[in-house]
Amino acid sequence: MSSSETSPVMDAAKIDRTLSRMAHEILEKNRDLANLVLVGIRTRGVVLAERLARKIRDIEGIEMPVGILDITLYRDDATTIGPHALLKATLIHFPIDGKKVILVDDVLFTGRTIRAALDGIIDFGRPSAIQLAVLVDRGHRELPIRADYVGKNLPTTVEEAVEVSLEEEDGVDAVHIVKPGASTRSEGKQPKKGKR
Amino acid sequence: MTPEADFRLRHRHLLGIEPLDADEIRLILDTAESFLEISRRPIKKVPTLRGRTIVNLFMEPSTRTRSSFEIAEKRLSADSLSFSPSSSSVSKGETLLDTARNLEAMAPDMIIIRHASAGAPHLLARICRSNIVNAGDGAHEHPTQALLDAFTMRQKKGKIGGLRVAIVGDITNSRVVRSNLFLLKKLGATVVIGGPPTLLPVGLDRLGVEVKPRIEQALEGCDVVMMLRIQRERMSHGAFPSLREYFNLYGLTEERVRLAKKDVILMHPGPMNRGVEIASEVADGTYSVILDQVTNGVAVRMAVLYLLSGGAAGELAA
Repeated sequence: MSSSETSPVMDAAKIDRTLSRMAHEILEKNRDLANLVLVGIRTRGVVLAERLARKIRDIEGIEMPVGILDITLYRDDATTIGPHALLKATLIHFPIDGKKVILVDDVLFTGRTIRAALDGIIDFGRPSAIQLAVLVDRGHRELPIRADYVGKNLPTTVEEAVEVSLEEEDGVDAVHIVKPGASTRSEGKQPKKGKR
Repeated sequence: MTPEADFRLRHRHLLGIEPLDADEIRLILDTAESFLEISRRPIKKVPTLRGRTIVNLFMEPSTRTRSSFEIAEKRLSADSLSFSPSSSSVSKGETLLDTARNLEAMAPDMIIIRHASAGAPHLLARICRSNIVNAGDGAHEHPTQALLDAFTMRQKKGKIGGLRVAIVGDITNSRVVRSNLFLLKKLGATVVIGGPPTLLPVGLDRLGVEVKPRIEQALEGCDVVMMLRIQRERMSHGAFPSLREYFNLYGLTEERVRLAKKDVILMHPGPMNRGVEIASEVADGTYSVILDQVTNGVAVRMAVLYLLSGGAAGELAA
């Protein structure tokens, strides 16, 4: 596992403290907590959304609903990149009309994933507002999209990849910057190439 | 979990179940699981196949399959157009090959074909650049029907391997049976075939199925009963004396259903002939999943269109 030569830019303790800060920021910025819902983007955004929900419960004592969004069907390159990723279901089991939706993902890069996610969310109803929370913002936006809550700003080159590993999915909490062609993630897990 | 790159079909076309392996069948069924959710949304549409053109070439009458494909295409945002035999130039004497070449000239991305002759989709696959989906060819195969049947079995029983499935009716003329046979054997189910000997093809036992001429024997202890439509038009061929006699000897009645397992599910690919192969109260019974089959059909066809649009493994490995 994680036999990386480079040390992670974020380790488990750092990720945890960062998420605590983001949970506080979400609570600070939004007054009507009853109207707030979290939606994680598969796969690691879901894990992060669940962790944020736990932290918010610990701080405020409220249960925030967490939805799961699979954006595969909304990608702008869905029919041009060839083989599809395994499609998994979108599970948003609460009405989102009039709600404030906080969209959660691991890495913000070109902004195309978020563009697709916005389309996906809007197919479920008309939220009063959508905010974006990401663990890492690595720059290189191709669309006019910005995050409301950023865990860490990470300067990278376009060729590099940012790999977020989370215990629930990958067995360990870490954020690595990976040079082209190298991966630190455990066997069996493919890095999301050119994470968008 | 295996790497994402493995989640694709090894074929550009869906011509039948026979060429697929068990993993590909499971991939289609797993993918369909996710599409089921889209049909329950307030806005039943995703933009995945936006800008793709799909031609539905139905050279034989069909309501269920054709509308199911059309709904699947619309929910994936594809542009689709449909031909039926009466409205197309086939009625003016055009050959299938010419029809196909003319369609091809308009550059569709996929062609869904239903044809009275076995092998028609294969002919199209040889001359067209589009992805071809077989929506029923003669008495050969009807792959999406078998896939939606399997999907429904898995949904209701939690598995396919180890199930005992009885298929009763006109076996000789049924493409649904052939596709189901291939699929169920590949996924490890036991298949029991029942029906009048005049409607059972020779050599059935070589396909690894149990053949029971009497419906009572076929139903005994089965988890799933699949009844097939008696094609009234074949009455003149003298396969059996009368519809009434067929119902008396092979019709599925409540009394006969009791021979199967307690939690049996009843399937029928439609259209049903109430009072011929199936008693009306059985068709509407609590064990009937006939309408679930129709609902699932849309999700399964969306999965097929989606997976084929992603290209075949072989093409991209190069």
